Amino acid sequence: MKLPLHPEDFGENPWDPLPDLPGHSSLGRLERVLRRGEFAVTAELNPPDSADAEDVYKRAAVFEGWVDAINATDGSGANCHMSSVAICALLTRAGFAPVMQISCRDYNRIAIQGNVLGAAALGVANLLCLTGDGVQSGDHPEAKPVFDLDSTSLVSTIRTMRDDKRFLSGRKITAPPRVFIGAAENPFAPPYDFRPLRLAKKIAAGAQFIQTQYCFDVPMLARFMARARDLGLTDKCFILVGVGPLASAKTARWMRAHVAGVHIPDDIISRLERAKDQKAEGKKICVDIIQQAREIAGVSGIHVMAYRQEEYVAEMVEESGVLKGRQPWRRDLRAPAFDLATRLHENLAASHEAPAKEISTT
Amino acid sequence: METPAAFEPRGRRHRRADRFALRFVSIRHARALETLYSGFERLIVAAAPLLARLGWERLERPVAYLERQVKGALFDCRMCGQCVLSSTGMSCPMNCPKGLRNGPCGGVRADGCCEVYADMPCVWVKAYEGSLKMVEGARIAEIQAPVDHRLKGRSSWLAVMRQKSGLGTSPDRVPAKTGAKA
Repeated sequence: MKLPLHPEDFGENPWDPLPDLPGHSSLGRLERVLRRGEFAVTAELNPPDSADAEDVYKRAAVFEGWVDAINATDGSGANCHMSSVAICALLTRAGFAPVMQISCRDYNRIAIQGNVLGAAALGVANLLCLTGDGVQSGDHPEAKPVFDLDSTSLVSTIRTMRDDKRFLSGRKITAPPRVFIGAAENPFAPPYDFRPLRLAKKIAAGAQFIQTQYCFDVPMLARFMARARDLGLTDKCFILVGVGPLASAKTARWMRAHVAGVHIPDDIISRLERAKDQKAEGKKICVDIIQQAREIAGVSGIHVMAYRQEEYVAEMVEESGVLKGRQPWRRDLRAPAFDLATRLHENLAASHEAPAKEISTT
Repeated sequence: METPAAFEPRGRRHRRADRFALRFVSIRHARALETLYSGFERLIVAAAPLLARLGWERLERPVAYLERQVKGALFDCRMCGQCVLSSTGMSCPMNCPKGLRNGPCGGVRADGCCEVYADMPCVWVKAYEGSLKMVEGARIAEIQAPVDHRLKGRSSWLAVMRQKSGLGTSPDRVPAKTGAKA
């Protein structure tokens, strides 16, 4: 079916670091795909509430061969789960390309910088710098929020570590972390006019790629992107639009009311309500949004957050056609190419989880 | 309800993040305050040689007290000791429950209120409004360094005086209680 277009992205062993390329700041696959000008696909892994590595591998397996990188969330929604650094370490062992999310909510600058070095040593090539949800939204509202750094100063801290080979304190780092630095943006939350400027600020601080909050409002995204283009931001960084399927109109309403920063227009909800099969319609809406977002100039990829619907990511990516026949990394290239139907069957059989109650954000 | 912010000023009286009437008046008049502030800054820098002779450390407590009263009333100042009001549209970023100094988080509600305190307008929505009124509003694009937590409770007026006049110790030198070993 599909052949890898770039075998040099695949080391002899899956866990081998890739050869250094000029103009690249990391040794990771995501940066290569983006710099080649290909439309990148990333997906969010639902972190397990367990100490079992198999849980991580099982959850990553549904993305294999369909995404260029897997995001490991860091206590998303301020809920406690397996740590992002540990998930990334497990993923790199198997050869996956993780995006390690770092939230400023839980650690101070000493812990964060230590984690960045450790993660890079474990082979993590992509970092996503986030402010983090407030503790009030999670399962430990009584916890102490840290917020020693903010997302922008976190970006600039990591850039200082990588490019100037120094900690924030000025102390020298002998082997700097070779990382591709990412940040988040939410074009769908006020102050709308300030959002592109905030993006500019993050890029000036050192952000190289951006993953946005869930997009359910394409015209709003288009306006944001137009402003970003005017400011010349799309030439300086890769923007991946956040997308995800809504399981039902009820879920959509709940998300809109309870998940900070998620904007869902009424017409999406009424479209879901009118549908006979709301779940199928939710996936269809997601595919439509992916296809519309791809057409917007300056959009370099998508970031799929299919919380508790991870097994449908492959299907949606396939249906949207954004990969254009490209085969993202998978462990064994010699194995017969994945057949979508078989794959979905396996995935569905493997997923035996309870329906969604708690919904996470980045 | 007491709504704590990222920073609390030193002193007996707690300042509530949602007691915000005057703070929004200040943001509405960001332009006038900006003019006032730049005049005030020139004045204090001119006065620096005199104050340097009196001794910075001796002045620290009374000036910080005065600053806390004035800026507390006008901006709900949190006495972070490294004031950035002129870069944040005269909206004190330390009133943000996450203490964000470089812009809003992604959780701002559709009505412009805070993710954490639903009845408090987002500090950064207000900051952007204020910056649009100011002559040097574009300073909102400046990247702010992380907060130096050692400066909490100290006077940023004195810090500005020392820095701009070039007299006295550098503003980031604070009485160290820890050993030099890192």
